[in-house]
Amino acid sequence: MSQDTLFDKVWDLHKVSSLPGGSDQIFIGLHLIHEVTSPQAFGALKDKKLKVKFPDRTVATVDHIVPTDNQSRPFKDNLAEQMIETLEKNCLEHKIRFFNIGSGNQGIVHVVAPELGLTQPGMTIACGDSHTSTHGAFGSIAFGIGTSQVRDVLATQTLAMNKLKVRQIWCDNKLSKGVYAKDLVLHIINKLGVKAGAGFAYEFAGPAIHELSMEERMTICNMSIEGGARCGYINPDEKTFSYIKNKLHAPKNEHWDRALRWWESLKSDENSIYDDVIKLDASKVEPTVTWGITPGQSISINQQIPLLDELSPNDKLVAEEAYEYMSFKPGQLIKDTPVDVCFIGSCTNGRISDLRVAAKVLKGKKVSKNVKAFAVPGSEKVATKAKQEGLDQIFKDSGFQWREPGCSMCLAMNSDKLIGNQVSASSSNRNFKGRQGSPSGRTLLMSPAMVAAAAINGKVSDVREFIN
Amino acid sequence: MKSDFTPPIGKISNINGQCISLIGNDIDTDRIIPARFLKCVNFDSLGESVFEDDRKTLKGKHPFDLEENKNASILVVNSNFGCGSSREHAPQALMRWGIKAIIGESFADIFYSNCIAIGIPCFTLPKKSIEEIQNYCNNQSLLLEIDLKNSLAKSKDLNFVLEIKESSRKMFLSGEWDATATLLENSIFIERKSKELPYIEFGYDF
Repeated sequence: MSQDTLFDKVWDLHKVSSLPGGSDQIFIGLHLIHEVTSPQAFGALKDKKLKVKFPDRTVATVDHIVPTDNQSRPFKDNLAEQMIETLEKNCLEHKIRFFNIGSGNQGIVHVVAPELGLTQPGMTIACGDSHTSTHGAFGSIAFGIGTSQVRDVLATQTLAMNKLKVRQIWCDNKLSKGVYAKDLVLHIINKLGVKAGAGFAYEFAGPAIHELSMEERMTICNMSIEGGARCGYINPDEKTFSYIKNKLHAPKNEHWDRALRWWESLKSDENSIYDDVIKLDASKVEPTVTWGITPGQSISINQQIPLLDELSPNDKLVAEEAYEYMSFKPGQLIKDTPVDVCFIGSCTNGRISDLRVAAKVLKGKKVSKNVKAFAVPGSEKVATKAKQEGLDQIFKDSGFQWREPGCSMCLAMNSDKLIGNQVSASSSNRNFKGRQGSPSGRTLLMSPAMVAAAAINGKVSDVREFIN
Repeated sequence: MKSDFTPPIGKISNINGQCISLIGNDIDTDRIIPARFLKCVNFDSLGESVFEDDRKTLKGKHPFDLEENKNASILVVNSNFGCGSSREHAPQALMRWGIKAIIGESFADIFYSNCIAIGIPCFTLPKKSIEEIQNYCNNQSLLLEIDLKNSLAKSKDLNFVLEIKESSRKMFLSGEWDATATLLENSIFIERKSKELPYIEFGYDF
């Protein structure tokens, strides 16, 4: 059993009681909600005649269903309009802070909370979205929950949960040029498998992690869930503190000094005990692309799609399904696979640094004429910043469409969808069957820089050939 | 989808029903209920759309479309079932189709919590036993009697000792799987905890 890790300290601090069945009752410091997983929770609250217990500890935004081409109201899609109206009504009725479209603070919930300084070290954070693990980049304990648990957090500000085990993933050395946080996390998921994280929180540590910017750390923690871990975190350091400082809702003045002292004390102790430790060499990671239907099915850009015999017995069943669905032959190279759609955005890679790195690749180049390419900033703040830096113009000049903020084609709940069996090069997080809106659509996950390179060549490419 | 759907309430100690086998590892919640069906403000109509895309692809041959499975209520799956999105719509859709319990090699964490929170016990068995059940189901109907008190599954030909987290088992037997009331009983401690946490004092400056 783990001891003296950040996870242990934060969990123990938030424990309200031991429940009769043996699970713990955990206080949730920050509850984030959005339009898709909250309406039924508010409905249940009404049925049970309950109120929101701590309305100022819940924050709402709208992201999953928002159109990215025209956000004027009412939305063209009646169901999407009904969902945003329901969220507006629920927030008003329960006095919950809501960052609506046009507020300047709307966006993907996991982009918005950190950029507003709501996400802070040492907090427990829950949201009805599996990518809540993103917030662990700040040394918070953050995890996705379902709608019944959203109801419980609204009604009680607590959850019934079993304590997770802690696995440290130690990343030595540092990433090479042209290799990004996305490549590292895809590599980790490939090595450990998509279910290895069940029952675990992942602590990402080591020189390669320390070297990463806060936004890159968010990319890593974001995809913990794709490795089966509902929670992933990184111990806070100077980079964490300077990212938070002066953000809208960050602690101010004398509170800042006290916060800083407390945050410092939360780091995993030097002699803390983990349930498991995995070590890997980050300098060996190359630009990585998925070829299959789970985020674990990835290879380096110059590798061949694995043969069935090269896979462990447990991976064979899904591999066979993947060859068929993706129309790939075992042994085929992933490089030069033609792509139809290129998507840059999502809670994994829709932040300003992602847009900067993609713009650098695109500058002065043109998107292949066979490719539909679009960039969706993660939030209104990201969009504003990108415009200030002239990034939107670089995207547009290259032939990319420049869109309004939202989740967009990561899960295709709006009109941004693949058609038929189109292949997308996507900076998002899931390559599941049908994920990007077409039941036969095919997704290749990669870093935003690699998506930009694929857009230019019209096929999967090695971004290292574009950067000097 | 069963027209007479009523959600489970209170203590759950016995589940008797026919098994339905669904073969495959890493079956994610996008497959259980594709995202386009999440555009709803209640769960009522999800049952008919469960596995919609997989079912269309298999043109009537998906286990959820086979006539012999129409009254089945115990789903038997392989490993990492329910991975991916946290959407509770997935177990809600399964439940509204008629599923009352799931037996699998392993489950994704969030899916598992969602099942517990809505009253669907999830049990695990070793790969070999799951394959035994799935092979049996291929040839004939398997009626299982699940006894949560003793974690046993019995049938005419096959018997198993089921694995389930002890906390989950206790919550089903006591009815506390519907957690809100239990959590609220500790209101005093919740208030006290909220005052103890350093960051509450830092404030969000709303």
